[in-house]
Amino acid sequence: MATYASGARHLTQSVKSLGGFVVVTLLTFVGLMAITFFIGRVIPIDPVLSVVGDRATQEQYDAAKIAMGLDRPLILQFVSYVGDVFQGNLGQSVSTNRPVADDLARVFPATLEMATLGIMIGVGLGVPLGVWAAARQGTWIDQVIRVFALLGYSVPAFWLGLVGLVVFYANLGWVAGPGRVDIFYDGLVEPVTGLLLVDSAMVGDWDVFWSALDHLILPAAILGFFSLAYIARMTRSFMLDQLGQEYITTARVKGVSEWRVIWTHGFRPIRVPLITVIGLSYAALLEGSVMIETVFSWPGIGNYLTVALLNADMNAVLGATLVIGSVFILINKISDVLYRVLDPRSR
Amino acid sequence: MTGPLLEIENLRVSFPTPKGRVDVVKGLSFTLGRERLGIVGESGSGKSMTGRAILRLIRRPGRQSADKMIFDGIDLNSLSEKQMRTLRGARISMIMQDPKFSLNPVMTIGAQIAEALKTHERLARRDVKARVLEMLHAVRINDPERVVGLYPHEVSGGMGQRIMIAMMLIPRPDLLIADEPTSALDVSVQAQVLDLIDELVREKGMGLILISHDLNLVARYCDRILVMHAGEVVESCAAADLHKASHPYTRGLLASVPKMEETRDELPVLDRSAWSGT
Repeated sequence: MATYASGARHLTQSVKSLGGFVVVTLLTFVGLMAITFFIGRVIPIDPVLSVVGDRATQEQYDAAKIAMGLDRPLILQFVSYVGDVFQGNLGQSVSTNRPVADDLARVFPATLEMATLGIMIGVGLGVPLGVWAAARQGTWIDQVIRVFALLGYSVPAFWLGLVGLVVFYANLGWVAGPGRVDIFYDGLVEPVTGLLLVDSAMVGDWDVFWSALDHLILPAAILGFFSLAYIARMTRSFMLDQLGQEYITTARVKGVSEWRVIWTHGFRPIRVPLITVIGLSYAALLEGSVMIETVFSWPGIGNYLTVALLNADMNAVLGATLVIGSVFILINKISDVLYRVLDPRSR
Repeated sequence: MTGPLLEIENLRVSFPTPKGRVDVVKGLSFTLGRERLGIVGESGSGKSMTGRAILRLIRRPGRQSADKMIFDGIDLNSLSEKQMRTLRGARISMIMQDPKFSLNPVMTIGAQIAEALKTHERLARRDVKARVLEMLHAVRINDPERVVGLYPHEVSGGMGQRIMIAMMLIPRPDLLIADEPTSALDVSVQAQVLDLIDELVREKGMGLILISHDLNLVARYCDRILVMHAGEVVESCAAADLHKASHPYTRGLLASVPKMEETRDELPVLDRSAWSGT
């Protein structure tokens, strides 16, 4: 009976915490909308002017203003904006003449695909390198890894992108050039998720899949290198801190092998701070790297946002900002959940 | 068993400083049978480093050397790191100072104790569990089934230290080094923990090196005492003969311990000029 009672208590507890979780997330999201919306309204860009153009008459201008609802009080505009957003309506983009939501559904997956592969490379190499450097602190291995990571900090993205293209595309021909996929494969696969790799794999069109991967691998590797730099350095410093702890000595006293000392005793406790670092790096990649997207003609959100900003396309800017903000909220929430799973002290 | 359990000659431990290498242990020599040896000294006297050096656990940039370091007929100096690992825990073990820091915070207590055993013995999972529970019983933990599932932050300091003792004794070592095993504990728990160590060490006929800054405590639990100061042994005597100590440092230490029926108006302060000239 006792187990049933405690099981039920557990369940109500998790439902309660899940409810609190949803409420907090929604509040954060509305806060994000408020900030982006009001910033969008106070900056000196006239959204009406960008719709009607410079040569419209005053009557045309006023009519457009009323049609867009911009004559109403700001707070009412915000309320109707929130309502629209929750119905998936982000307004019309001035520069592409399409609903912003449709545009974002096209550009965000492109960035998502690149950022995801990038962070996988960054974590897959950065974490082991950081741990290795810490375990061999002060040796030449440590120095080489540190210099390598420092390069990732200091080399400009566009330069590395161009050099990467020159070497691996133009000279060696190992990878495909700019763009998401070879031109004759373009539009062959019906977008479902918008992630070309996933979509093509789902319908089994492997030609498209390999072509897309061929195009993706170089920009993703370059993004991965940048996040690797940060992740490896942070891993190294977390790990050095851990390896100086008393319980590492305890493990050595027990006669535990060095491999196990490092990975089981040293690494396990740093998973929690690492999640923060990885989450933030991933979020930064999901913002879209304008440099990389420009160099590789990648139709991602970074590019989209930049073009929208230059065209004073406020609906598009707000929409893209909202998506990026939501990504940050989501990643933070996932980190919170993972903390609890990984650290018994936070349960 | 014939011959001493541990023989050490001219043990040196040094660390680099901006002014060059500094010896923190300066040529320590002693032999140990299956007895209880106390090493006493103030902080920085090199007593903890001695304990670690016996396990060859001085980490870079620290360095250790010894003319002779023989444990039960095995020359510790000549062993590879891998051979040394088979000795650590299994034959020489060490109880660390503060269970708050010396137990891994993200591993359950059961897993940590089991690890000490599994590192050295191949056992079925069921047997490992039985040994862990039995060991926890031996260190007076009443409900071991519950405790094995707990994390270190969920137990008290005294219990943490008993868990540490269980972890270090479960592979049945021959020599136990206890590095200030009670200085992080409440006074009321100290005696319990030391009695427990004492009992288990006697029962199993192990050698014990008790490292402490507490002269009385060491005198109570040990057969022989080394007094260390600034990396050197200044006094070596049987615990019963401590009152006959000759070195001014030891005499000064003894004099500054209050007595139950105190007749002195003021406790004397350790006068360092008597031996170091500073």
